[in-house]
Amino acid sequence: MGGDFVLETEGLTKEFRGFVAVKDVALSVRRGSVHAIIGPNGAGKTTCFNLLTKFLQPTRGVIRYEGRDITALKPAEVARLGVVRSFQISAVFPHLTVLENVRVALQRARGGSYDFWRSESLLSRYEDRARALLADVGLDRYENVPAGLLPYGRKRALEIATTLALEPKLMLLDEPTAGMTHEDVDRVVDLIRRVRAGRTILLVEHNLKVVAGLSDTITVLTRGQVLAEGDYAAISANPEVKTAYLGTEEG
Amino acid sequence: MPRSQAIALALLVAFIAAAPFLLFPVYVMKVLCFALYACAFNLLLGYAGLLSFGHAAYFGMGSYLSAHAAKVWGFTPELAIVTGGLTATALGAAFGYLAIRRQGIYFAMITLALAQMVYFFCVQAPFTGGEDGIQAVPRGALLGVLDLTPDFTLYWVVAAVFLAGFLFLYRIVHSPFGQVLKAIRDNEPRAISLGYRSDDYKLLAFVLSAAIAGIAGGTKAIVFQIATLTDVNWPMSGEAVLMTLLGGIGTLFGPVVGALIIVTLQAELAQFGAWVTVIQGVIFVACVLAFRRGVVGELQQAIRRPL
Ligand SMILES: Nc1ncnc2c1ncn2[C@@H]1O[C@H](COP(=O)(O)OP(=O)(O)OP(=O)(O)O)[C@@H](O)[C@H]1O
Ligand SMILES: [Mg+2]
Repeated sequence: MGGDFVLETEGLTKEFRGFVAVKDVALSVRRGSVHAIIGPNGAGKTTCFNLLTKFLQPTRGVIRYEGRDITALKPAEVARLGVVRSFQISAVFPHLTVLENVRVALQRARGGSYDFWRSESLLSRYEDRARALLADVGLDRYENVPAGLLPYGRKRALEIATTLALEPKLMLLDEPTAGMTHEDVDRVVDLIRRVRAGRTILLVEHNLKVVAGLSDTITVLTRGQVLAEGDYAAISANPEVKTAYLGTEEG
Repeated sequence: MPRSQAIALALLVAFIAAAPFLLFPVYVMKVLCFALYACAFNLLLGYAGLLSFGHAAYFGMGSYLSAHAAKVWGFTPELAIVTGGLTATALGAAFGYLAIRRQGIYFAMITLALAQMVYFFCVQAPFTGGEDGIQAVPRGALLGVLDLTPDFTLYWVVAAVFLAGFLFLYRIVHSPFGQVLKAIRDNEPRAISLGYRSDDYKLLAFVLSAAIAGIAGGTKAIVFQIATLTDVNWPMSGEAVLMTLLGGIGTLFGPVVGALIIVTLQAELAQFGAWVTVIQGVIFVACVLAFRRGVVGELQQAIRRPL
């Protein structure tokens, strides 16, 4: 089903009141690969993510997931197909504990949770799995802390654990290592290497070391358009990419 | 239930059990009706993050329909209250459907506008009795056997309705549904990205909240044997907000304490006539400045345990 490519877009375009944030993007994400999208600030990377996960409706263009046109779906439906994203600005549930954050994702395995008459104690069956996921991102000591009180780097780690809890087929990570310390970055890179088996990962990342170490394919976006695509060696040798990136690159 | 809440619940039950021997039963029944109403409102504001400015519609229609059912249709009181509750549920489903897609202040405005429509409907509709309201509503006999005319008998029925509603709300908040609802309150886009259809959860919370507000209104109609435009007018919506803020948003016991304070204030201040609203406003502002998290919210912070 769907052949070599899990996700494909054609002519993907998003205009904000005349301003074109994403223009004619044709993206093909190969099954089982780690595909990075890089580009200077404001290039349209996050907007792309918002389009792919349907948090924004494209102005034009088609999105196909597993060969199926998902352009008209709602974001929750896209998530239900196994396309799960993280957010650039760390997105946790601040008043839930760290354990509950992951558990509420695991709870999706029940389907909808409209049963308001049942006790939440039946969710305890997800807690072993939640703890294992937390241990994976080094958060096992924090399980009873309200997520809002975690330092930034740990919030990001929690967000990744929550995303992984859904066993996504296609995982979209928007700058997963932003704002993290070196050790945390290494931990996340390590984690992504471990969890990539059996899934496809689309990654927005400014840290080029992370990109180099993880990605099979890199798409360079500037001003909403694809500038170049290839593996790290090809991209880093591309003179156009160099000029686009110099002066705007962070860190 | 955490120990702090279990202890608080035991104290509340003890208070309810002792109250009719120490205080006027009618006064305590009024507190319980408004406490249930505020708790229902708190389900939306505290656990779904939705600020409704139109809860008078559900309280008021619950009140009118219960009064009408008891008086005109001759329903027994428990069936009359259920009728009020069901009416509020249906209304909540329709209004919730219209309002839920809006965010923040737009949501509040739509709920207010819809509630004002209900108010104008009640002003016009013949069955509400206009300015007079529906008066002399019979308290009837519970299940057709237990005469509820004496305050002291009715009190235990009202106490049971309140406790059932209160525990039902607790269950909702601490159910698999409640868990998702709190996640949506905390970060709706994130909840959606996990595959939750957030609108459906918010709508269900809205309907449940309206249903319980209707039960509270219906019980009030049976207690005071009257349903009037006051029940359905916008200050009644404001009272839910007031009680909840005063007691503590998103706390289990906050709305109960808030209702106790407001009902007591209104009784004590009744002698000041038109000044009640002004004095109430001043006290409200003072409280909000002094206890930003509400009375129970501050207490909870101080003892570092949920209440
Ligand atoms: N909702 C919106 N309304 C109007 N303009 C927007 C909106 N969202 C994004 N933009 C604009 O679209 C452009 C692309 O933004 P986007 O967030 O996709 O960039 P990015 O590549 O993710 O940048 P960064 O590396 O800083 O995260 C920016 O100029 C931004 O101001
Ligand atoms: Mg971005």
